[in-house]
Amino acid sequence: MSNKHKITKDPLTGAETTGHVWDDTLQEFNNPLPTWWLWAFYATIIFSIVYWIIYPSWPTNFAKRGFIEGSTSISFKADSIKDGKKIVGGGEEMSVPWNTRALLAHEMQNDPNELKRQAMVKKVAGMALADVAKDPDSSAFVRAYGKGIFGDYCAACHQAGGQGVRGHYPNLVDDAWLWGGDPADIETTIRKGRKGNMPAHKATLSDQQITEAANYVLSLSGEAVDTGLAASGKEIFNTKGCSGCHTPAATGMKALGSANLTDKIWTQAHVPEADTIEAKVKAVKAVISGGIQREMPSWEARLSGDEIKVLVAYLKLLSSN
Amino acid sequence: MLKHESIETNAALLIVMTLAAISIGGLVEIVPLHFIEGTVEDVRIVDGPNKGKQAVRPYTPLEQLGRDIYQREGCYTCHSQMIRPFRDEALRYGHYSLAAESQYDHPFQWGSMRRGPDLARVGGKYSSAWHVKHLTQPTSVVPESIMPNYPWLSETPLDVVGLADKMSTLKMVGVPYSHTKIEFDANVEKFGEDVAKKLDINMAEKNLEAQAKLGDFDGNPDKLSEMDALVAYLQILGTMIDFSKHDEAEFVKFR
Repeated sequence: MSNKHKITKDPLTGAETTGHVWDDTLQEFNNPLPTWWLWAFYATIIFSIVYWIIYPSWPTNFAKRGFIEGSTSISFKADSIKDGKKIVGGGEEMSVPWNTRALLAHEMQNDPNELKRQAMVKKVAGMALADVAKDPDSSAFVRAYGKGIFGDYCAACHQAGGQGVRGHYPNLVDDAWLWGGDPADIETTIRKGRKGNMPAHKATLSDQQITEAANYVLSLSGEAVDTGLAASGKEIFNTKGCSGCHTPAATGMKALGSANLTDKIWTQAHVPEADTIEAKVKAVKAVISGGIQREMPSWEARLSGDEIKVLVAYLKLLSSN
Repeated sequence: MLKHESIETNAALLIVMTLAAISIGGLVEIVPLHFIEGTVEDVRIVDGPNKGKQAVRPYTPLEQLGRDIYQREGCYTCHSQMIRPFRDEALRYGHYSLAAESQYDHPFQWGSMRRGPDLARVGGKYSSAWHVKHLTQPTSVVPESIMPNYPWLSETPLDVVGLADKMSTLKMVGVPYSHTKIEFDANVEKFGEDVAKKLDINMAEKNLEAQAKLGDFDGNPDKLSEMDALVAYLQILGTMIDFSKHDEAEFVKFR
């Protein structure tokens, strides 16, 4: 416990003690803060009050709005909604007490960089793809901004370089498009999403039949398969329903997203990874027997029509390289 | 005059005064919220058969169990569920989060750390098959990912024991699940009949199985796994309000 004691002076330094003594002899020196430091501390308290008012979080219209109305206001244009279609910033000008939500709306309508972004998105969306490639400004924007959107929305499946994951997500840089490679087709794919379905055939075809069909499919891409098996495989291909989607020429149909089987491009079967012809047959057999269930989500709720057009331009730049 | 020494030498007084001092900051931030109309925004469905009903509903039993798994696995330590009203976040993640969107979260999953991306609007962004693949082994789809693998989610059957008790507990803290006919009718009034049915505690297990079967979230229709629940939860995140039908000014007025 401490006891009242006389304040004493240290003979060496001249510093005074606090006057408290613990356990008979334990004392402490009194080393107060420098005066200027202490006053700087008081100044920060005064500053915080001023800052509170200017920030603004000092309630000014307490009776009407409670605690939330500050001393400054911020303006932005409200949205207009007509026939279920929303036009951002299409409504009347509003002025509200400063808050971060209003600040965001204000920035989206007035920030110079944001306006530049919007203008570029609009410009590229209105251009023909061939012109985008010719205009250095536009193609630079597409490469930079398109890469950003692609990274956010597409790369999780199609990978950062657009190379896809065999067996799951198609390659976007190989110039083969399951659902059509015209800009309009790609736009529809992004806008609406796609559901890719190939039925499993393990219940309807015997293992031997699946082997034959696999040999035929590989022969279409010029693989050195057993010609006898491939010939009976062709029969199965044409009579057991394969040609219904893949067409008798096996070139696929973009309306169904059925793959072209003659182009040596394998989005689903792990053929390129296989070293031997047996392994290749096995890889194709796995797809025929198990079928394919693929789904790409629709993006029109997340991306604006113009942004989707920029994305299409980006994909076209990617696949043309 | 109270001398500093008498506070420092009296433990009980020191504790009381310390508590008083540190509670001031909290009180200043929390108390006003209870006096501001619209701390939790009133967001209604704009069109369709449920026009005028509440847009944000409590989680269905399957989603709620998925949320429990989300917490159990500590997803919140790396993923936030709070999109702030900044331009960069609006461009990357979509509309900023509303308080209304987490009003039935106990506890909320806003988080304070983003080692991974924000998940407040991840619902519908990827296919369920992608989520299954990603949760089982994230690097199989995102090579640079540092997220751990969660391979047991597909293998572990979903534990539905105590489901009704869980919902009743949430009801005690204010989530409007219904037990009685009166509560059910109140939910019909508030959310519409189709939603009210999903919030009926008496039907919880049946609803859970039906949703898992219909959604087939884990890609294995024969099994009700933890993956089913977690993916069902992820797929609903941030999707309850259709922002394309709302004027931005509507949300600004609440602040």
